Amino acid sequence: MSFYDTYLEYENFDTEGFLKEVKEPDVLGIIKKNKLNHHDFLALLSPAAANCLEEMAQRAQELSLQHFGKTVLLYTPLYLSNYCVNRCAYCSYNIDHDIKRKKLTYDEIEKEAQIIAETGLKHILLLTGESRIETPVSYLVEAVKIMKKYFDSIAIEIDPLEKEDYQRLIEAGVDGLTIYQEVYDEEVYKQVHLAGPKRNYHFRLDAPERACEANIHNVNIGALLGLNKWQHEAFMTGMHANYLQNKYNDVELSISLPRIRPHVGGFRDVYPVTDQDLVQVLLAFRIYLPYVAITMSTRERGSLRDHLIPLGVTKMSAGVTTEVGGHSDSDKGDSQFEISDTRSVEEMRKAILNKGYQPIFKNWMAI
Amino acid sequence: MEGFNIGGKSLKSRLLVGTGKFASYDLMKQAIEGCGTQVVTMALRRVNLDHKEDNILEYIPKDTILLPNTSGARNAEEAIRIARLSRAMGCGDWVKIEVISDQKYLLPDNEETVKATEVLAKEGFIVLPYMNPDLMIAKRLESVGAAAVMPLGSPIGTNKGLQTKEMIRILIEEIKVPIIVDAGIGKPSQAAEAMEMGAEAVLVNTAIATAQNPVKMAKAFELAVRAGRLAFNGVTAPQAKVARASSPLTGFLHEGEA
Repeated sequence: MSFYDTYLEYENFDTEGFLKEVKEPDVLGIIKKNKLNHHDFLALLSPAAANCLEEMAQRAQELSLQHFGKTVLLYTPLYLSNYCVNRCAYCSYNIDHDIKRKKLTYDEIEKEAQIIAETGLKHILLLTGESRIETPVSYLVEAVKIMKKYFDSIAIEIDPLEKEDYQRLIEAGVDGLTIYQEVYDEEVYKQVHLAGPKRNYHFRLDAPERACEANIHNVNIGALLGLNKWQHEAFMTGMHANYLQNKYNDVELSISLPRIRPHVGGFRDVYPVTDQDLVQVLLAFRIYLPYVAITMSTRERGSLRDHLIPLGVTKMSAGVTTEVGGHSDSDKGDSQFEISDTRSVEEMRKAILNKGYQPIFKNWMAI
Repeated sequence: MEGFNIGGKSLKSRLLVGTGKFASYDLMKQAIEGCGTQVVTMALRRVNLDHKEDNILEYIPKDTILLPNTSGARNAEEAIRIARLSRAMGCGDWVKIEVISDQKYLLPDNEETVKATEVLAKEGFIVLPYMNPDLMIAKRLESVGAAAVMPLGSPIGTNKGLQTKEMIRILIEEIKVPIIVDAGIGKPSQAAEAMEMGAEAVLVNTAIATAQNPVKMAKAFELAVRAGRLAFNGVTAPQAKVARASSPLTGFLHEGEA
């Protein structure tokens, strides 16, 4: 039994037909419920729900205050390498792209860590392209050992691993895993992942579960919004989070809502996701899964991110560069995508305070 | 108001305050100072000694007793490690045991809580375990050295008040160490109710931190807790199911009387 069984239940479900049938009074009734079922959640992604955004926002804010209070956790990503063996249609790291490749040495990792640590951040997310040759688990274990000197919480966003490899990294000091399915629709998945190990839909889909079995502390999942109809992808993301939470009670779950951003390469077959759509997805997640953390990255512009804070965002990145070696300004490798919110950690801290929320630099420590 | 004792320490204020969820540490500080609490709990995992503005300890008045909690612990072993770390970091000997392996409802794991309490009490900690109200577990916590027992009124953050009232009432009757109602208290009137029942104290966080005006709300809780304790000491008048004057079953005996 894995989440794939749940996916199959809905594979041939007439999502669009269902969404068309939802009426505004249905949505307003669902908002008041204590516990939503799968169809309630799907209804919150309907066109009728788009007309009830203010009511949804009020409820989402109430639930966010109850579970998280007026706090936003800050973290930043550190790109270790942009070597990748996959051919993903939407990603600059695609092996076919002529970008400047780079992998940080251990000395460079330490230099980057020192510079980031000076900003006061205690939570770090280590990222790599997907290459077992350039960035094997042994390399990551060493990187984590360096990070432990500077940070209290270390998460990874890398290629999917076997349970034993997750265990090795957890023993080294990793407490969080971020892994996006990118697109839940299996057919679309095959269309945008043209070659490479990432083409293995199932191995990626079950990766969060393998990390849970390895006893990781927190897991962050998401779909790359824009690769398929957002209603379908948001629904499956929420269902996946719900599945993991019910099966692994002690794991803290987070959801991200990354929208596709400009990148190197020619992929233009994007399903549009407007700001309003993004807000609707965010609110639906919060109402369906009030206890999960919601992450909003610097893919989104600063003014939009600020407005999303009171709606249920609980984690935000700050002081971001997606270039390998981007913090220490040395010999950089090219970035994965263009970011939109370029504010420094200090600027983000002030922006969060201005919204009447408390920026949290440390919310976890390895015990 | 008469004080009460935890672990040999005499306390005047019966309101303990939690520090999560505030919009800023300045606001938290004002709320703490305004309500006169003497015990403040904070998650050790959030203590950030390296960053002055993010270091919660900078905002907790110096004469307050720190009650570090083990929030984030999923089993006894993790809770024990956090408590020891807390002591090593200079946060004192008091510890609130929170062992939560359910991230959805945040309900405590009573069994693991007993295990952690036993180990830490032996090591000289003043242990205040947060628990799901259950008499047998409360007795075990008491017997392994808990300095107080902290049953939940309703799940953390729900503000639903004393949903477990009857179980708490039994704990108050049967347990000798102080009963401090923790979690779920959403309004001052609910805190007063807990105190009227005979709880020694209450711990409040979300209801203060997420109120529109946390400073005023903290003060309101202080007054409610005092009122509730006074009412308990004054012994409330008994309730009657029917008005004393009416005698629906025997009234006929008096029919015809003037």
